[in-house]
Amino acid sequence: MISADMTTVLPEIFLAIFAMFALLGAVYTGKDATASMLTWATGAVFLALAIWIGMQGGDRVAAFGGTFVSDGFSRFLKVTILLSAAAVLVMSEAYMTRRGLLRFEYPILVALAVVGMMVMVSAGDLMTLYMGLELQSLALYVVASLRRDSVKSTEAGLKYFVLGALSSGILLYGASLTYGFAGTTLFSGILASVTGGASLGLLFGIAFLIAGFAFKVSAAPFHMWTPDVYEGSPTPVTAFFATAPKVAAMGLFARVVFDAFGGVVGDWQQIVAFLSVVSMFLGAVAAIGQTNIKRLMAYSSIAHMGFALMGLAAGTAFGVQAMLIYMAIYVTMNVGTFAFILAMEKDGRPVTDIAALKNYSKREPLQALAMLVLMFSLAGVPPMVGFFGKFYVLRAAYDANMGWLAVSGVVASVIGAFYYLRIVYYMYFGEETEALDGKMNPVLWLFLMGSAAVMVLGVVNLFGIEPLAAAAAATLVN
Amino acid sequence: MTVAIFTFYAFAVSTIMGGLMTVLSRNPVHSVLWLILAFLSSAGLFVMLGAEFVAMLLMIVYVGAVAVLFLFVVMMLDVDFAELKAEMSRYMPLALLIGVILLMQLGMALGVWGYSDGYATRLAAPTGDLQNTAALGQLIYDKYIMLFQLAGLILLVAMIGAIVLTLRHRVDIKRQNILAQMYRDPAKAMELKDVKPGQGL
Repeated sequence: MISADMTTVLPEIFLAIFAMFALLGAVYTGKDATASMLTWATGAVFLALAIWIGMQGGDRVAAFGGTFVSDGFSRFLKVTILLSAAAVLVMSEAYMTRRGLLRFEYPILVALAVVGMMVMVSAGDLMTLYMGLELQSLALYVVASLRRDSVKSTEAGLKYFVLGALSSGILLYGASLTYGFAGTTLFSGILASVTGGASLGLLFGIAFLIAGFAFKVSAAPFHMWTPDVYEGSPTPVTAFFATAPKVAAMGLFARVVFDAFGGVVGDWQQIVAFLSVVSMFLGAVAAIGQTNIKRLMAYSSIAHMGFALMGLAAGTAFGVQAMLIYMAIYVTMNVGTFAFILAMEKDGRPVTDIAALKNYSKREPLQALAMLVLMFSLAGVPPMVGFFGKFYVLRAAYDANMGWLAVSGVVASVIGAFYYLRIVYYMYFGEETEALDGKMNPVLWLFLMGSAAVMVLGVVNLFGIEPLAAAAAATLVN
Repeated sequence: MTVAIFTFYAFAVSTIMGGLMTVLSRNPVHSVLWLILAFLSSAGLFVMLGAEFVAMLLMIVYVGAVAVLFLFVVMMLDVDFAELKAEMSRYMPLALLIGVILLMQLGMALGVWGYSDGYATRLAAPTGDLQNTAALGQLIYDKYIMLFQLAGLILLVAMIGAIVLTLRHRVDIKRQNILAQMYRDPAKAMELKDVKPGQGL
């Protein structure tokens, strides 16, 4: 039995062992001199694992007495997490080296965070959920304050840590209430024990759990940490925060509400719908006043999480499929956008003010065009792939008789389009003030162009992601 | 009132008292001492539940190590707690309001607490002649081995994090080089001079 269990968690074991060996190797050899090589190696390992997991097929396998579950849903999310983490790591190498930030612990901490994320999306038990979440969060708290001599970076790390600890506490409280009701921490056991509507006590448990998840996905009204942490962290870390952890937290969210509380969809549906509406509007409205592009992306991610939650709020298999597609598209868009943000510098110093983008198209027409595509896609303008992401979640909400949710989604997305289009406006029609250097590292250039190309070419068939997401959603909701 | 019930209430009251005074006492050192009282009383409660191992763990790990460490940290840190408290008191009304509302809601939830069907069978204590420590070992190293290892990984991350955020390699200080010390021998380190009487060097 134990060997079969081990086979199921082999990718996670492999990554954990890689991280530990990398740590030992780097400590006993060149320390920070190996950091560059380690970053690329970690990216390569992520890529290899993504291919390995992607190749795996088969039905749902529960290991270690049901505490760890491997199914189509977890595989889809793991591949997304690994690919986006690999992309962000590779993108960050040059930036961090130039600023003396690249320490060999960075790729190792990211690898351990990814182990946590993989465990999160495979959780089959409240304890596994918590272990994965904490492994991921602790590593993220540390990388947030990686630039330890900067007040902003340490503030970001501390804020993230304190609020993260609070949210973990709330989540644990919900878990204990749920355990108190069901008498078991296994999701399958909870699912079996919750029959015919949730009692008031269990409802409190669900509400507390969801509040904890909402913090992790930065959904309003639990979003307050996001702008400060995004702004204060080093930009590559911000890019990481905006991609893989969001996917993992959203996957965990879906995993718990369907695997454990799939019998009382009506009870949590309204909470998720509320979070969705508030996040969409807050993200759209609060981003309008931002001039710092990192803060702007923070509010943008809050709004996007609102849309992803809309798919979840539908409470159907199609809703989960829509959410998965939305997250995959969101991650691709963010990788490209952050590739551009990482390259924004003036005289070799990073710039985050969006006013610095004025008239950028005259200097670098191709980059500006790629950015235009990405901004249109983020805003959800029809010909781009981002529109299809929004279209899926709106349809899921509409099909689930939540027309009001779909309508408010459309309204919020129109409001939100303003600040994305303002960036495009600056790039094409703004009067030039302080020109950016415009030079771009070839790796970043590749990711920016690749991401923009995906946003345009994906309209044909979304690169075949739709049936994959449908199959993944079918293993979760049945 | 039997002895068991009396002991339970004694421990329960002192646990809650300890917790309350940890938060309320003005002197942070007193807070830590109250915290130790809360730990000790909860250890007593665990003994009454028949969980001796957890009780001893609480005493050894929390009282023996964690609380003592807290005490040192509190004494070493130069934090003006009075000022912190003053800052806190500005938000006190709002915090109290939220706290009271949350407490009332929880009271409502716990007042009508219902268990799921078959709750008792799922939670029933294992029968048979199994000792506390052995039972815990079977759970940790067999059923929950993966969670146990994950907990280890979390501690590893904490360790890496502490080092990343605090360790600084300073170049301007002299370090002990043990190998150099060991390979030092009198022939190379010393030079004998024959100083003639009445003459300087």
